[in-house]
Amino acid sequence: MEKRVVFDNRWLPYLLVAPQLLVTFVFFFWPAGQAIYQSAFIPDPFGLKTQFVGFGNFEYLFGNRYYRESFLTTAVFSVLVTISAMSFALWLAVLADRVIKGSSAYRTLLIWPYAVAPAIAGVLWLFMFNPFTGIIAWMLSQMGYVWNHNLDGGQAMALVVAASAWKQISYNFLFFLAGLQAIPKSVIEAAAIDGASFWRRFWTIVFPLLSPTTFFLLVVNIIYAFFDTFGVIHTITQGGPQQSTTILVYKVFADGFVGQDLGSSAAQSVVLLVLVGILTVVQFRFIERRVHY
Amino acid sequence: MAEIKLEAIRKSYGRTEVIHGIDAEISDGEFIVIVGPSGCGKSTLLRMVAGLETITSGDIHIGDRVVNKLEPRERDIAMVFQNYALYPHMSVFDNMAYGLKIANVPKPEIASRVAEAARMLELEPYLDRKPRQLSGGQRQRVAMGRAIVRKPAVFLFDEPLSNLDAKLRVQMRLEIKALQRKLGVTALYVTHDQVEAMTLADRMIVMNAGVAEQVGAPLDVYANPATLFVAGFIGSPPMNVLSHDVRPGRGPLDAGAVIGIRPEHIDLAAPGTGLLDADVAFCEPLGAETLVHCVTAAGDKIVVRIDGEVSLPADGSRVGLAIDPARILAFNAEGKRTAD
Amino acid sequence: MSGMVEKRGVGTWLTHAGLIFGIAVICFPIWIAFVASTVTQDDLIRPPMPLLPGPHFFDNYLEALLTGGVAPVWQMLLNSLVMALGITIGKIIISLLSAYAIVYFRFRFRMLFFWLIFMTLMLPVEVRIVPTYEVVASLGLLNSYTGLILPLIASATATFLFRQLFMTIPDELTEAARVDGAGPIRFFIDILLPMSRTNIAALFVILFIYGWNQYLWPLLITTEPSMNTVIMGIKQMLPTGDQTVEWPVIMATAMLAMLPPVLVVIGMQKLFVKGLVESEK
Ligand SMILES: Nc1ncnc2c1ncn2[C@@H]1O[C@H](COP(=O)(O)OP(=O)(O)OP(=O)(O)O)[C@@H](O)[C@H]1O
Ligand SMILES: [Mg+2]
Repeated sequence: MEKRVVFDNRWLPYLLVAPQLLVTFVFFFWPAGQAIYQSAFIPDPFGLKTQFVGFGNFEYLFGNRYYRESFLTTAVFSVLVTISAMSFALWLAVLADRVIKGSSAYRTLLIWPYAVAPAIAGVLWLFMFNPFTGIIAWMLSQMGYVWNHNLDGGQAMALVVAASAWKQISYNFLFFLAGLQAIPKSVIEAAAIDGASFWRRFWTIVFPLLSPTTFFLLVVNIIYAFFDTFGVIHTITQGGPQQSTTILVYKVFADGFVGQDLGSSAAQSVVLLVLVGILTVVQFRFIERRVHY
Repeated sequence: MAEIKLEAIRKSYGRTEVIHGIDAEISDGEFIVIVGPSGCGKSTLLRMVAGLETITSGDIHIGDRVVNKLEPRERDIAMVFQNYALYPHMSVFDNMAYGLKIANVPKPEIASRVAEAARMLELEPYLDRKPRQLSGGQRQRVAMGRAIVRKPAVFLFDEPLSNLDAKLRVQMRLEIKALQRKLGVTALYVTHDQVEAMTLADRMIVMNAGVAEQVGAPLDVYANPATLFVAGFIGSPPMNVLSHDVRPGRGPLDAGAVIGIRPEHIDLAAPGTGLLDADVAFCEPLGAETLVHCVTAAGDKIVVRIDGEVSLPADGSRVGLAIDPARILAFNAEGKRTAD
Repeated sequence: MSGMVEKRGVGTWLTHAGLIFGIAVICFPIWIAFVASTVTQDDLIRPPMPLLPGPHFFDNYLEALLTGGVAPVWQMLLNSLVMALGITIGKIIISLLSAYAIVYFRFRFRMLFFWLIFMTLMLPVEVRIVPTYEVVASLGLLNSYTGLILPLIASATATFLFRQLFMTIPDELTEAARVDGAGPIRFFIDILLPMSRTNIAALFVILFIYGWNQYLWPLLITTEPSMNTVIMGIKQMLPTGDQTVEWPVIMATAMLAMLPPVLVVIGMQKLFVKGLVESEK
């Protein structure tokens, strides 16, 4: 798509793109270049010089058990967040789409967690699950279940998943609801006349028609779980216990700022860069196709 | 007020040339209609005059200046667009005043000019409305008003009526003409509708595939089309075209050459008494007139226009076609009009 | 899906019941936080905590606002506001300008620039924190609003959004403006900006939330308490080791930190939904 009508000016367009380009270069390409450059070096023990190691940092990285485990942790975490946030949201959207009266009130009550920062979500859930004072931890203990996510890696994972998914539900809900409302009523009415029950209609007609939205949300949720949940992890578990909730983004931070291992952190940045690149391309391909429908 | 002169105007997009050298001289106050089929380059030509499109070669004079390199605002023109192109976020008043504001016309003068245009166009009650609160005809008027307030030397119109319904189109057509007469401003008007062209034009430029096929007064063009294309394009229903001569005492036509006869220049007669006989396929009574569709023995289709009050010939009946041989036009294989 | 089909009593009630349950689940954490912000520390440390608000609302909120943790919360809120507005306005301005250049002008390297901007989609801050930190540090921008804001204002998304929008604006409007004598700058200010205002407003809502909720970046570059934003400041208030924490104050801070973006979402729901849906298209 191109405009037929354009203005003619020698320098104005450059002036107009200059601010964005400048910011992009200084804060995007320069750091990204730095990351790639640094990923090929390690500092010497005195921190005075650096030594070129080629792909050494990457070899070290993938030879490192903790890093490989962090990959696995990230995968488990993202799958759990995506599935729980999406299924709960879909369920709510189906219900909200069924009501005629008051649906906007429901919507208002369901969308606002979108505005809550991941870090705040972390604090809220941490408070509820605080092993000593948290209300839910207490309820669980009344039922004979001991909750301490500071000791139990599985519980820690469950908690960060819950907090992350909780925040993402409103987003998914909005898109599912929009998707449902875009399905022509006549299609569903025809199926109803054919005698299909509600759930049968849902699985055979509505869900397939909703698949573009579902795929789209799948990608968005995975990206969210990968990159936007740092605040949740950092406030609730700091990656612990025993690294059981150290997702990749958290590990870059921990190794770079806490561990001061710049070569490794840079190499991790490069790995993440590649991952985002892949996800972005998938997202774009998909969106492009969606536009053509 | 200004005359316009087009000299060997050409336009290419990349390597494809879409306007192949057009010449025209338009005198001050004249209403010129550029008419032609879709895609023939009418808008392109108009937009070159407006300065919205660069000129590949040739010269455009407005008044005594060559305006090839001038910005639209320096050309002393105003333009009315097909979709009106009103600024949706501005009131009717602001839409009309915008150009004047940019030209730093003093406020009271802007107000008085807009008021005058609004009065002329009967837009006074709507000055505070946004374009979306207006009907199609009212929007059209605002677009006209925007052109008028600038007091330009030339009006440019690009199919300004084609978004209106048929009735409104006729009404606005008359208004535009009256307004142009009153203001005496040179006007260049693009349309693909030949009725609009015939009724509005002092002279018209009939364009086809990037060339001006004929320039002339509407009735002249109608009576004496210079090419087969013009003959077919101007007039509705179009001229009948036969590939063999029906005039008495003539030999066969050259290969590719044809003759043309306007439907109203044929009369129905008893079989055997006209220039040729034909079978009636069907009739289209339109009220004031009736179109009789006939097929000749040679298989040519001929449309005859007769008075609506004459009783209709039965479908399938044989009729004679009475034609004045002097009314028959001849065209050579290139489509150019020939003497006989 | 249709509400018209199968609207029978029981089904309707079940639907409403389901929704209310869902809302209860979604709202429970906030309710707990609110209750916790209105009681005393003593009410909280011996579980179970009360489930209804107590009388200490003003005590806790005032303490949070005026004393807070390492810095008073009012100061952190102010920092958050400056950062959020800076990011929002900055992003909108530079994206509008660059989208305008890319759509309405033809110039050398246009497509190259376009792709360079596009590639920033692939580089969220979280991915490049260490080197970006170094760049900002070497520019001397630690503990400054500039350092907080600038690295976050380049946005491919907003640029795309405006590009899409500009593409839908009819060419004739531009031509009419040119005939009226408007040059590129006047056209931008008089026609394009006013025509984009709902889109700008919608984007404003989304970006404000994005900016307000930034966490990692302020955490890294603001070491001085007076520069802390509220989202990261609350983390500094959390317990480390075995020191006791004033949970009511923390929860009051959490409520205060949520309030502005939540109000924006609820108050401008239409714009918010529009902005959200469009920025993901
Ligand atoms: N920007 C462009 N690039 C390439 N070709 C173009 C461009 N604009 C117009 N053309 C071509 O130039 C020719 C003339 O176009 P123009 O718009 O002048 O036609 P028109 O006579 O106004 O038709 P219509 O009655 O449909 O408006 C067409 O064949 C068109 O495809
Ligand atoms: Mg045209």
